[in-house]
Amino acid sequence: MMSFPENWSIDIAESIDQAIRTLGIRYEAIFDGIKAFVSFFLNSVEGFLFFLPWWVLLLMVLVGGYFATKRVLSALMFTVMIFVIGLFGYWNLMIYTLAIVFVSVLFSLFIGLPYGILMAENPRLARYSTSVLDAMQTMPSWVYLIPAVSFFGLGRMPAVMATMIYALPPVIRLTSHAISNVDSETLEAARAFGSTKIQALFQVKIPQAAGTIMAGINQTTMMAVAMVVTCSMIGAKGLGSEVLIAINRLEVGRGFEAGISIVFIAIVMDRLSQGVARSMDRKAKA
Amino acid sequence: MAVKISVQHVSKIFGSKPLKILQDLTAHFDKSLVMKETQHVVGVHDATFEVNEGEIFVIIGLSGSGKSTLIRCLNLLHRPTGGEILIDGQNICDFSPKKLRELRRHQIAMVFQNFALLSHKSVLENVSYGLTIRGEVKAASQFKARQMLLMVGLDGYENEPISALSGGMKQRVGLARALANDPEILLMDEAFSALDPIVRREMQFELLKLQQQLRKTIVFITHDIQEAFKIGDRVAIMKDSKIVQIGSPEEILTKPADEYVERFITGVDRTQILTVRSIMVVPSCLIQMRSGPNMAIQEMKRNGVSSAFVIDHDLKLSGLVTLQDALKAIAEKLSLAEIINREVIQVEPSTTVSDLVPLAAQSAYPIAVTEEGRLLGIVTKVAILSTLG
Repeated sequence: MMSFPENWSIDIAESIDQAIRTLGIRYEAIFDGIKAFVSFFLNSVEGFLFFLPWWVLLLMVLVGGYFATKRVLSALMFTVMIFVIGLFGYWNLMIYTLAIVFVSVLFSLFIGLPYGILMAENPRLARYSTSVLDAMQTMPSWVYLIPAVSFFGLGRMPAVMATMIYALPPVIRLTSHAISNVDSETLEAARAFGSTKIQALFQVKIPQAAGTIMAGINQTTMMAVAMVVTCSMIGAKGLGSEVLIAINRLEVGRGFEAGISIVFIAIVMDRLSQGVARSMDRKAKA
Repeated sequence: MAVKISVQHVSKIFGSKPLKILQDLTAHFDKSLVMKETQHVVGVHDATFEVNEGEIFVIIGLSGSGKSTLIRCLNLLHRPTGGEILIDGQNICDFSPKKLRELRRHQIAMVFQNFALLSHKSVLENVSYGLTIRGEVKAASQFKARQMLLMVGLDGYENEPISALSGGMKQRVGLARALANDPEILLMDEAFSALDPIVRREMQFELLKLQQQLRKTIVFITHDIQEAFKIGDRVAIMKDSKIVQIGSPEEILTKPADEYVERFITGVDRTQILTVRSIMVVPSCLIQMRSGPNMAIQEMKRNGVSSAFVIDHDLKLSGLVTLQDALKAIAEKLSLAEIINREVIQVEPSTTVSDLVPLAAQSAYPIAVTEEGRLLGIVTKVAILSTLG
């Protein structure tokens, strides 16, 4: 009497599997299109990063780091971090990882920013979306790998899709939050002077919300970095796959090198994007 | 004077079914009861008034009295639930979105309590905002914006960020931004309330100075009765979403419509607003020039006074005679004309009481109120003292 009755059961796993298979077959053309589109971006970004001489990339980190933090020491530290990754022999793997991060963040923003704005303008949409976003954020990250693999197979391309979706919630949430919290009197001023909706959006709301939106972009970037590592499980080559190999072979040293490289990348990307966010926030809140 | 804005029976109710609530409202509704029973907020109920071209019309009330809601109806930031708002005879509630936008871009501008400046733009960009969005070329709008900054005394601050300005300077930017559009109507929503007292007085003075040149039609919201009476040509007092009295400051001071208004105006420095006209009295004792000292003495005795004004046949004030002088005149056989004191203090009926106080302090006698030499009445010290209390 204590255990749950064994003959009470529903089986939705089977029907979901079935649905996914059907979708995959029926809309194969669409999925192939998406695949080609995303791969094109991925190859372009990767190609560009490989085209840059290594020292140019380091220089970019140095200059970017200085503008983001306004401190020479921090900028130098960031540069050294990336340099060390090269010394570990992970330069190429780092480029693979960066390319996936860049492309998936780009797509996340491409979807997330307009959606966040739409949510701020439409309270009903916001109500429904919030629960979906909550669900997305509580879902373990590797769950996203499953549909990505079933629709797009293995490799870098499904990694981009999974990362993009996983990293989407923060930018949507913070964009929506920022836009709907723009000072109401300032918005009234925009209307009182005869702004159209578009003018009010682009000249008042977005600039006023820019700081918080940038914080959302920062969080999305960080989640993408984390997810790319997980994506090594579905065959996305990069720093993550080194960690995976290290686990499988119990090579602690290798794991440490790869792990610390990921930490370095995370730190540099976080500080760079946070610096931009802070400077925009200063400007907006002033 | 032409009527610029005519507000007819305007009501604004917030909630899900405002129209129905408006229909059910009686003239003597209880705002908090309506809130409790129907979850609707009555912002403004049945407001009717007219604002003349070139005047400063002040709407005053405590917070929550509906004054901010009412002013936002005038440019349709809040769309009235009922009633009409006519600007130059046209009902703006019927305007299409496009026509409304044009109205806001060209005819009616607003200044906000907390400045509502765009912190991501420079001072100059803020001032030219209204011009930019209505599509004026950059050079022209910047030129105009510079002129406006000069007018409000902020030249040299063009490229400063908003954060570098003090409160008073921010509101000057707000004012310049509103004036840059060259509107006919200026709506000022508690524009000076967030400023400290000294800066606030400065800004009030500045506004009056600008108004002398510009002659805009201004609707000004405040909760400060001193401010209202200082800058308002006419003042409307609001209480619980309704207008309870409209009139010039002096009318309101002398004839408060009800107890609420009376309480509202206590604490106002009445001497600044009341003029001699409203406190003068007809002298009980007047002496004709042609009568002799004997008659003057009799007249004074009968009225129980020790001095009296002397007038000639067409009511022109000739001077003042005292009982003492009259007695002396009889003893020395002088005529009235020889003994009267011709250097009496005279004031115009439009003089404010505050200007009268120092004169009264110098003089031992009542003050004569004259218009083109004719005696209209006298002001006693008792009357002046009673306005001070």
